[in-house]
Amino acid sequence: MKRKNTEPYVRLTQPLVRDSGVLRPATWEEALERAAAGFRRTLETKGPEAFGMFSCARATNEMNYVAQKFTRAVIGTNNVDSCNRTCHAPSVAGLARVFDSGGGTSSYQEIEDADVIVVWGGNPREAHPIFFQHVLKAIHRGAKLFVIDPRRTSTASWAHRQLQLHVGTDIPLAHAIAREIIHSGLANTAFIERATEGLAEFAASVEPWTLEVAEETTGVPAELIKELAHTYARADRGQLSWTLGITEHHNGTDNVLSLINLALLAGHVGRYGAGLNPLRGQNNVQGGGDMGAIPDRMPGFQNILDTGVRAKFDAAWGSAIPPHKGLNLTQMLDAMERGELTCVYIIGENPVQSEADCEHTIKRLSNVDHLVVQDIFLTKTAQLADVVLPASAAWCESDGTFTNSERRVQRVRKALEPPEGARDDIQLLCELARRLGHDWHYEGGEDVWDELRTLSPMHAGMSYARLEELGGIQWPCYREDELEPTFLHGRLWEEDPAKRGRPAPFTVIVHSPPVDLLTEDFPIRLTTGRRLDSYNTGVQSGGFPSPLRRGETLDLCLADAVKLGVTEDEVVRISSRRGEIEAPVRIDEGLRPGLAFMTFHFPDEIDVNVITIEATCPVAGTAEYKAAAIRVEKLPATV
Amino acid sequence: MTIVEIGLPRRLIEFTVDGETVRVPEGSTILDACTAAGKNIPTLCYGDTLEPANACRVCMVEVEGTRTLVPSCSRKAEPGMVVRTETDRTRLSRKVVLELLGSATDLSTTPDVAGWMTECDAEPGRFGPPAAPSSDRDERRPGEHEIPDGMTAATVRQPVKVDNELYVRDYGKCIQCYKCVDACGEQWQNTFAITMAGRGFDARISTEFANPLPDSACVYCGNCVEVCPTGALSFKREHDKREDGTWDESRQTATTTVCTFCGVGCNLTLHVQDNEIVKVTSPHESSVTHGNLCIKGRFGWQHVQNR
Repeated sequence: MKRKNTEPYVRLTQPLVRDSGVLRPATWEEALERAAAGFRRTLETKGPEAFGMFSCARATNEMNYVAQKFTRAVIGTNNVDSCNRTCHAPSVAGLARVFDSGGGTSSYQEIEDADVIVVWGGNPREAHPIFFQHVLKAIHRGAKLFVIDPRRTSTASWAHRQLQLHVGTDIPLAHAIAREIIHSGLANTAFIERATEGLAEFAASVEPWTLEVAEETTGVPAELIKELAHTYARADRGQLSWTLGITEHHNGTDNVLSLINLALLAGHVGRYGAGLNPLRGQNNVQGGGDMGAIPDRMPGFQNILDTGVRAKFDAAWGSAIPPHKGLNLTQMLDAMERGELTCVYIIGENPVQSEADCEHTIKRLSNVDHLVVQDIFLTKTAQLADVVLPASAAWCESDGTFTNSERRVQRVRKALEPPEGARDDIQLLCELARRLGHDWHYEGGEDVWDELRTLSPMHAGMSYARLEELGGIQWPCYREDELEPTFLHGRLWEEDPAKRGRPAPFTVIVHSPPVDLLTEDFPIRLTTGRRLDSYNTGVQSGGFPSPLRRGETLDLCLADAVKLGVTEDEVVRISSRRGEIEAPVRIDEGLRPGLAFMTFHFPDEIDVNVITIEATCPVAGTAEYKAAAIRVEKLPATV
Repeated sequence: MTIVEIGLPRRLIEFTVDGETVRVPEGSTILDACTAAGKNIPTLCYGDTLEPANACRVCMVEVEGTRTLVPSCSRKAEPGMVVRTETDRTRLSRKVVLELLGSATDLSTTPDVAGWMTECDAEPGRFGPPAAPSSDRDERRPGEHEIPDGMTAATVRQPVKVDNELYVRDYGKCIQCYKCVDACGEQWQNTFAITMAGRGFDARISTEFANPLPDSACVYCGNCVEVCPTGALSFKREHDKREDGTWDESRQTATTTVCTFCGVGCNLTLHVQDNEIVKVTSPHESSVTHGNLCIKGRFGWQHVQNR
């Protein structure tokens, strides 16, 4: 079947404003004044809490720093967040709860030097290919790879063992592994006694999860669970890495905490080569959070509820930061629906296509009185805006830094001029701040970075010159003449209790199956993910001609296709409790009966988020993209 | 329990290069030591991110006590070794190797080779004018050797393969150094889309059954293009610009930044001519990429210039 080719997006080069319901070209002066007037009007009539900022995990640290400063110092609210909410917020929440810091704990070099690597709910061979090259190096040196995924992916084809679990049964599997480690006497008691707390309650809570019970619930053979438990616990250097297969569930934070429990049991954290690593999906989702573009943390991951922290920033900025957490992205969307959040500034994000149950998101964004979108393309989100500001592309048209999954801050450099008519994100934020009475001047990214370094101790030692010289530096880096180890939480191994600090707690977790129940009406489990050559809503990756691109398909195993009476390339109707879409079938023998797979890469063609479920993790606000219940139907033959 | 050796710090060893004493870490090759000592030994198949394939034989040096010349890119330096890089033997060897390569292969886009040819008085033309390109090179089976006519120099020339929008294969420029095979294979990408086929003079780099790239296992990471020393593999944009005469390296800037896709943080070097990205490479010294990228990093930049 010839699949429809979506036209690539074309760069925005002129500001747009909405008059009588229609977006029309405007001058920069008119657009900026219109944007600022809307912010002023909101502040006067509704107050600062009616404002929400969607900052951008694709933009530089410097842009994110200025965006959260704008939200806090100019508007006076903590309602700032970004798309980390739709991906790895549970990882940050879980790691921060146990270790006080939300970053992955190891470096890529340590992955190469590990002897057991567990990849759980991730397909890095396609979604993080260069990370996977480090894993492959380790495999060629003798390391064992265990892959835990409902699908037999190209990552799994490199595994020593694959554990093909049922979608949403990660917690029972982790509990059974934990119980097996404890019962076999393989728990690292020296580490546990010294550096953790709460083992007894945790051990009691996993007691019902015998290998047999876990096999029944997860579909993974007991002997495989046992082999993983023994191999991971006996390893010298065990790495546990995950992606959205763990986080994009209604209980994503619990999933993350259940994996952290395993690392604590085996003592695989805080040492060279042993660690816990969420693989970040967006180029700067780590940095966006580190820069304070999240509602509960100031730059440098400093707690917003700490009076001293707020006082430091207020003194530097002349601000009065509200002494409470702001709304996260999910809560902001809810507040729009209730009419409480009426003014939204979205920079470089496309929630209309990336949020689960997207019809609902469109309704909510249409409900606000003032929507400003700053982007390089007229995305589906920008099409709803009252004011559209054409931006430059952060990664190649501006100077700054990004922070990667190993916490390495690296220099981003301007390589080409943006198109005539587009402007730099930071300049736009500063211009709007000026129109609201705050006279900010930054000569460039380095000025912003140097301000950040005076306020964030964990970035203090990273001057641009030093980042340049060392090819990037992993945080924390407190002083310009020192480097910290490449791994985090070494303190847990200290003999001196004072240096060791707060113990890492085990967490008691209760299993909760996916919200969208499988029934006779909706008998198939749909899970979602990424393909190698495409990316998220396709706005960027649709811009190049990929020989690998096949367009969106509903992937099924042959047995299911036969049962449904459909063949490859045949277009079928896919319905969930939210809505329905049509897509061609593709046969993928990596799937098992009852499991279907789709991506979000071609929403202009087939909008998969019409059918995904918005059930969200109460701690992190991330939606259950990985577990919708669907029905697949053959279309009636057209005459 | 599996234990992976993570190595010990290396000791320094001492040996002699062209009469000078040099000290290098144990395990260094002669080429590493010479490069560190500021000597410029010509080499084509050597790759700084790859295990040496020992294929091109351009970097041969004399080691006292050995019967034959040795490839400096793969021979490890040993304590007390006496190495000579510029002797009659090394010069003659280099001259003949470059002449044979130059007579059989199109080296017009190989950096530095013209200078090396001049330095050792290589005259590829003395084997006769190059024979015409052949269109059946991919189909030849082992044993089907052509009998040379004695009037022209046998060549590996064949039509350029343009079978996708991202990169182009011009095997008339291929010296069979194996770098692309190693980069696609176990050393980096582990995709194994390309390898050697044929025997003797008919040996060539090929896909499975000589299929076009879109029908092969290729995932378009472009790591083969990154390591190709002769331009046999090149980006489509570069190929097209060379064809229409607009490729001009003197007008290009190279700026290293960070990829805009997933969070791994790969370093990209953007080669920009007239405010247009014309190709993307990756710095080999980056601890994140070691010079490698995926399809999105290598080719996913087009969106910024869809204007």
